[in-house]
Amino acid sequence: MSSEQKILSTDGIPLEESLKKAEKKNKIKAFLLVTPLLLFLIITYIVPIADMFSRSIDDKMVTNMLPKTYKAMEQWDGKELPPEEVFEAFYLDYKILVKNKTAGKLQTQLNYEKNGFKSVLKKLARKQKKFEEGNYKEQIMKVHKRWRNVDYWRAIKRRAPAYTYSKYLKGVDMYSNEDGKIVQVAEDRRIHRILWSRTLEVAFFVTLFCFLMAYPIAHLLATLPMKYSNLLMICVLLPFWTSLLVRTASWMILLQQQGIVNDFFVWIGLVTDDNRPEMMYNKTGTYVAMTQILLPFMVLPLYSVMKTISPSLMRAGKSLGATPAVAFFKVYFPLTIPGIGAGCLLVFILAIGYYITPALVGGASGTLISNQIAYHMKSTLDWSFASAMGLMLLTGVLVIYWIYNKLVGVDNIKLG
Amino acid sequence: MSKKEDFVKFDKVDKSYDGKVLVVKDLNLDIEEGEFVTMLGPSGSGKTTCLMMLAGFETPTNGEIYLDKNPISNIPPHKRGIGMVFQNYALFPHMTVFENLAFPLRVRKISKEDIEKKVDKALSMVSLSEFGNRMPGQLSGGQQQRVAVARALVFDPSVVLMDEPLGALDKNLRESMQYEIKHIHESIGVTVVYVTHDQGEALTMSNRIAVFNDGKVQQLSSPDKLYEEPVNSFVAEFIGENNTFAGEISDISNGSCKVKLDKGEIIANPISVKSVGEKTTVSIRPERALINPKDKMDNNQKGKIEEVIYHGDHTRVRLNLLGNSEFILKVPNSSQNLDIKLGNEINIGWNSHDARALDPK
Repeated sequence: MSSEQKILSTDGIPLEESLKKAEKKNKIKAFLLVTPLLLFLIITYIVPIADMFSRSIDDKMVTNMLPKTYKAMEQWDGKELPPEEVFEAFYLDYKILVKNKTAGKLQTQLNYEKNGFKSVLKKLARKQKKFEEGNYKEQIMKVHKRWRNVDYWRAIKRRAPAYTYSKYLKGVDMYSNEDGKIVQVAEDRRIHRILWSRTLEVAFFVTLFCFLMAYPIAHLLATLPMKYSNLLMICVLLPFWTSLLVRTASWMILLQQQGIVNDFFVWIGLVTDDNRPEMMYNKTGTYVAMTQILLPFMVLPLYSVMKTISPSLMRAGKSLGATPAVAFFKVYFPLTIPGIGAGCLLVFILAIGYYITPALVGGASGTLISNQIAYHMKSTLDWSFASAMGLMLLTGVLVIYWIYNKLVGVDNIKLG
Repeated sequence: MSKKEDFVKFDKVDKSYDGKVLVVKDLNLDIEEGEFVTMLGPSGSGKTTCLMMLAGFETPTNGEIYLDKNPISNIPPHKRGIGMVFQNYALFPHMTVFENLAFPLRVRKISKEDIEKKVDKALSMVSLSEFGNRMPGQLSGGQQQRVAVARALVFDPSVVLMDEPLGALDKNLRESMQYEIKHIHESIGVTVVYVTHDQGEALTMSNRIAVFNDGKVQQLSSPDKLYEEPVNSFVAEFIGENNTFAGEISDISNGSCKVKLDKGEIIANPISVKSVGEKTTVSIRPERALINPKDKMDNNQKGKIEEVIYHGDHTRVRLNLLGNSEFILKVPNSSQNLDIKLGNEINIGWNSHDARALDPK
């Protein structure tokens, strides 16, 4: 019998088909069960990210305000002053904007592109009412001598595309200048790069502190007899049951200059009363509070991995002649790496986007990139910039995940 | 080289975990160099605790353990140079088989060439030469066990401890591993202290067996002696099958005694009884009692067959004899058949020498 021959079920339908038929119902049922979650994820996760992305690159505003100009500019090579058609189109577009009282937005946007554009446009807005038909090039150039400068026309042309990556450049303190080259902003205005590196630094050290503190705790949890380890586990989980704000606020009470920790230092004579160290509204406060809050995320994966390591392995190591330290580093430690990987990844990714704690205890030197995003969301209302930075953060996290996968392998992660 | 006696010596060792109960009581045990000694006993009898004290993972509450005449209670496990095979193998799952075996050599800072030589030798000893690059997880239970044995031996320890190493294997594999371990022991002459609760395992493998119960060594002797001449009723009961009669000594004189039972009287060999009136348990191995004996035997009784169970190579017959309805006989199936049928009365005979009058239960 050839292997190609189809096997038939008792009613004569090919077995493959009847199997599919029988399983179709189950598949539909299974899909219906996950549909609510799927919809929820699409609405609350995929759609916002897509929206964020489109906002961050959207630059249609200028494009829509000067439709005729951009159409006319298509032919212009940008080397010399544009021809009469461009001037005419610009005059017609601008006339409508002035009439609708929306010229201000265009003035602001174009001023971003070329300093001093605003005053030129304002003057044009006043003068254009008296323009006569025909020869708009001469008339516009008469209003202000800057209209004879080709740089201003190039600035307009640069805003022609409906999409732009300038917000992303701004996120790393760069911009594209008049010649279309990407350059850094002036040194005293490079604030974002400081924030990025500080965010990475804080996330790194918080992860490190969490690891150093969680490892012994997790080991104790995994080796203690049940009745003690349960109690300890509750102590570890207790922070989870307390509001994040309450925990952060209690750190404020502890760490402030007239706070309990400082009082204690003064009392034991570590510092003098008039020389109390500042432990809050700076990086120290961010470190302390974030480490405490993120600690359980490190303890739990480590614990779940350590629980599976048989105590006889350490004994075997010792009986084979390894000192306790060697047995630990050669036998026990390598076996906990999946837990370390999971815990570190979890804490690092959580720390990199942490917002409330640095906002409350971080002060000026302890704010992170997430606080900057929130600032642009709430204060400057530059949502496209906030979106761009949010996406950069997301990309950063994905890159870290990718590197981690290359180094350790994601299948080695063990969360429990 | 003459073999050192009392190479491993437990001297009046006590062990208690909670300060209330002694897990090991006044343990004295001498093990000769090159010997294969098994600690046999039911769970909770203190045998594993003894092994752990020898390995250094537990400290004696009282007394001292000597290894080659040196007290070792204060030496940490990694300096004792004692190999150990664990119940669940305890192979390092993140290392290959080769690395597992090289581990004890690497921590001893042995040169690379020597490590390779020794590991190869140890692997070929357990016939796993091809498996050096495998991870332990890719091996079967029996192979893992052999790796564990090889690892415990690769650094030439003077003593190897084995803590129920075959417990996780199936029956056939366990038997072949028993022979394999025995042969390895014979070929390299290392001292082995073996812990098990499986008496068959102990009888097959050991030079001497220490039967543990209740934190004490009940009897320490060779397998045959242990089986044939148990010194007390626990050992008689624990090793092999056993028929018992509880009674009272009614007469005792030159090497034999009369034991009065509830129904009838038997002649027995006084082992741990000395005077008339003592309570005793008489123990007879099932194969020592014969049906319709041809030779004259000094015990002859009639019993009624209550159950016949076919076992392939032999048939087990349960009798009601002298009020004991649990009296077991083993009848080889080759023997031309005697009248073994349910309900029949048959004659049973045994020598008084084989009926050992031991301490009462």
